[in-house]
Amino acid sequence: MENILEVSNLSKKYQDFTLENVTFSLPKGMIMGFIGENGAGKTTTIKAILNVINKYEGEIKIFGLDNKKNAEKINTEIGVVLDEMFFPEILTPQDIDKIMAGIYKNWDTDLYQKYLKDFGLIASNQIKTFSKGMRKKLEIATALSHHPKLLILDEPTSGLDPVARAEIMNIFQNFIQNEDCSILISTHITSELEQIADYVTFINQGKIVFSESCLDIFDNYGLVKCTEEEFKQIKKEDYVRYQKNKYNYELLVANKKSFQKKYSISTIDKITLDKLMVLMIKGDK
Amino acid sequence: MDIIIRNSSTVPIYEQIKDQIKNKIITEELKTGELLPSIRSLAKDLNCSVITTKNAYEELVKEGYVETIPAKGFYVAKINKEIALEEQLSKIENLLDTAINIAKLNNIDKQVILNILDILYEEDK
Repeated sequence: MENILEVSNLSKKYQDFTLENVTFSLPKGMIMGFIGENGAGKTTTIKAILNVINKYEGEIKIFGLDNKKNAEKINTEIGVVLDEMFFPEILTPQDIDKIMAGIYKNWDTDLYQKYLKDFGLIASNQIKTFSKGMRKKLEIATALSHHPKLLILDEPTSGLDPVARAEIMNIFQNFIQNEDCSILISTHITSELEQIADYVTFINQGKIVFSESCLDIFDNYGLVKCTEEEFKQIKKEDYVRYQKNKYNYELLVANKKSFQKKYSISTIDKITLDKLMVLMIKGDK
Repeated sequence: MDIIIRNSSTVPIYEQIKDQIKNKIITEELKTGELLPSIRSLAKDLNCSVITTKNAYEELVKEGYVETIPAKGFYVAKINKEIALEEQLSKIENLLDTAINIAKLNNIDKQVILNILDILYEEDK
């Protein structure tokens, strides 16, 4: 499968934070969730991909091209939604249409107007009258209207209600109906990702914990709940992390099928991304 | 076509999709040669990931229920009904075996099991 984005050995040192050998790749036509705690390095990685920070080690290839050497060509084919709104509040969607048409050669006014209509945004109203969800949708409409091949979103659904979040997830699924298009979503709201993401990359303290297909994650990882007695019988190499609770032990296992064969513990629950994140970060080895 | 995904089920979603399409092929709700929805549109409509529907279709191809024509899509294959039915029967056998084991362990009479079977079978109709 061809990759639309390849990040290899990306490292960047700050005074109090280091991004270390971040490596992952996103295949064509797929959605990747980029998850981790606040401050884990998600936004720094995205900034490096977008060429907003310079002086980092490693290599980033987008559409097979080096992102520094081919910045101009790449930028016309990327759509970006960042955490914070970058339009002045006195503008209207109509104004943005004109501004963007001046910036992007491939800006599609008809498509933009169609998105505004689909998302229920009134083109002549100032942004300051828009709710948080409407603003996000406006940003997404703007990011999509020059026919990008890669959509990069930093926390696109944080602070939005479930209905708006579901609508936005739907927009993303429509976007990848074209199998040349891919999406990278950084988020800490993992429940929606579980449904629509094809791959998940998990970053913790500047390092990649894993980057895998969701099928593999949910097929292999499991959550074991057992008594203290049972826990004592389990070998260290058979679990990834554990957490001692008041009434039981919770274990994260990386290969639930072989675990089930080896031990007679019957309750292996499905893992959620949330639980996986918590145990990886807070659990003991 | 109805496909119902249960997120609470321990059965992986791709397997739920696979099984339901398979049943529709066996019962001929989906007919030989019929074009199935594309991987992407099915993912969108079921609100699941592309890799999930892709995997479901790939398994269906592997098991001979679906054929793929490159650049065109996925079609219902001509299946050997007897073999397909045999597979389902062996599934039923396995499940009944579990039930019978429980019955024997508890000295429950065969007739009681048969009665339960009668009631449950009619109920579902």
